[in-house]
Amino acid sequence: MELLDSFLPHGLATVIWIVLKIVLIVLPLMVLVAYYTLAERKVIGFMQVRIGPNRVGPNGLGQPIADALKLMFKEIILPTKANKVLFLIAPLLTLGPALAAWAVFPFDAELVLADVNAGLLYILALTSVGVYGVIIAGWASNSKYALLGAVRSAAQIVSYEIAMGFAIVGVLVAAGSLNLGDIVRAQDGSLFHWFWLPLFPLLVIYFISGVAETNRAPFDVAEGESEIVAGFHVEYSGMTFAVFFLGEYANMILISALTALMFLGGWLSPFQGTFLEPVFAWVPGLVWLFLKTAIFAFLFLWFRATFPRYRYDQIMRLGWKVFIPITIVWIMVVGLAVVLELPWWFD
Amino acid sequence: MTVFKNYIKSLFLLELLKGLRLTGRYFFAKKFTVQYPEERAPMSPRFRGLHAQRRYDNGEERCIACKLCEATCPALAITIDVEAREDGSRRTSRYDIDLFKCIFCGFCQESCPVDAIVETRVYEYAFEKRGENIMTKDKLLAVGDEHESQISADIAAQAKYR
Repeated sequence: MELLDSFLPHGLATVIWIVLKIVLIVLPLMVLVAYYTLAERKVIGFMQVRIGPNRVGPNGLGQPIADALKLMFKEIILPTKANKVLFLIAPLLTLGPALAAWAVFPFDAELVLADVNAGLLYILALTSVGVYGVIIAGWASNSKYALLGAVRSAAQIVSYEIAMGFAIVGVLVAAGSLNLGDIVRAQDGSLFHWFWLPLFPLLVIYFISGVAETNRAPFDVAEGESEIVAGFHVEYSGMTFAVFFLGEYANMILISALTALMFLGGWLSPFQGTFLEPVFAWVPGLVWLFLKTAIFAFLFLWFRATFPRYRYDQIMRLGWKVFIPITIVWIMVVGLAVVLELPWWFD
Repeated sequence: MTVFKNYIKSLFLLELLKGLRLTGRYFFAKKFTVQYPEERAPMSPRFRGLHAQRRYDNGEERCIACKLCEATCPALAITIDVEAREDGSRRTSRYDIDLFKCIFCGFCQESCPVDAIVETRVYEYAFEKRGENIMTKDKLLAVGDEHESQISADIAAQAKYR
């Protein structure tokens, strides 16, 4: 960076450097998203005693690339009575926040694009902004199915946002910081210092709310093929549809990564504090983070292969009458534990 | 008490975990998929696929135009015209099977007194033009000539059950 600074006008080097970092985050993320779609088809196939796609390339590894190419060359259909500007902006509004949220995400102790102190708040805000994309898509399509899907999705996301927020408050109380790096550092020690143990109910609720937030099965009423065709994205085709798809999967990876970060100690090695720690000291923190994220990413697919879709009133009941009370109670428990400086998480 | 029990059950997601365990087990189960062009499912000698007409070893066609197949066909897929050949023998001048009408019940094969019309193991065929769905006498005989060894082997294998 100093090298660049020496022969470029002041400030330009910083901009280039940041853009480079953004590319370094977004590119692997896009590849990950592409292969996550393949993983989904493979995992669901395996759970249905099939073998899933295996025709394109060895073991079907070329499938995501073939899919991407296909979607790129397909026609983008603009419905005559659609609001053209909003119709085209909507997919970007779902993908944008899903990518922007990674800005404050610490991949390793020092590996973070923007070390913001209110990182958790920023992420909470951005994951909620994604709902605008869905609502605008439903509205701009000028189709009753799309509108119904958007309405459902909006109500659902707003409901689960609260439970999710409360779960995050629990983490915040336990860690005493909104900075994502500090949250991980607060879990330093060993496998049993991570927050999954004292905050277990919040972990479950956070992850399930995350599934609901990303409109994934069993909370995918926003798409509801059997009732409203494809929900908010019925009218989308080709690349606009692909962008929605990318946004959804990027969001899933984001939720998985955040759960790993807040409850499974992010980049920390699971062998900390045991005799195995020096043995695995050479493994970079990024690998541990990736593995922990993969656990939750797999859960997303496992859920989809297992559960039938929730009825709409059941979704609302679960969100308002089960999750919110549990989180509130558990925040009090955590608060009490912090006040009493309960060992060893809160001392 | 049952209310309480159900409450505990749903609170700890017990039934959902059971469901996850089931799909989790199937994740590692042996996969059933038959990878079609490379692998094929086993096939019975009684398989009823595309029709064929057979010949005797001396090359004479078996069909004697008795019209039993036409009479028994439940889908009315078979159309037969009869004429005397120059040598005076009774032969079909037209023997059409409409594959769109045919339901592949195998009754024609059952009814045939001379084993002339049979259903073969051929199941990979497609029509590209209108009219190709009509199996004429020439086409039927051609299929029979092509697959005669398989057809006679299948009939021999089934003979003891008749």
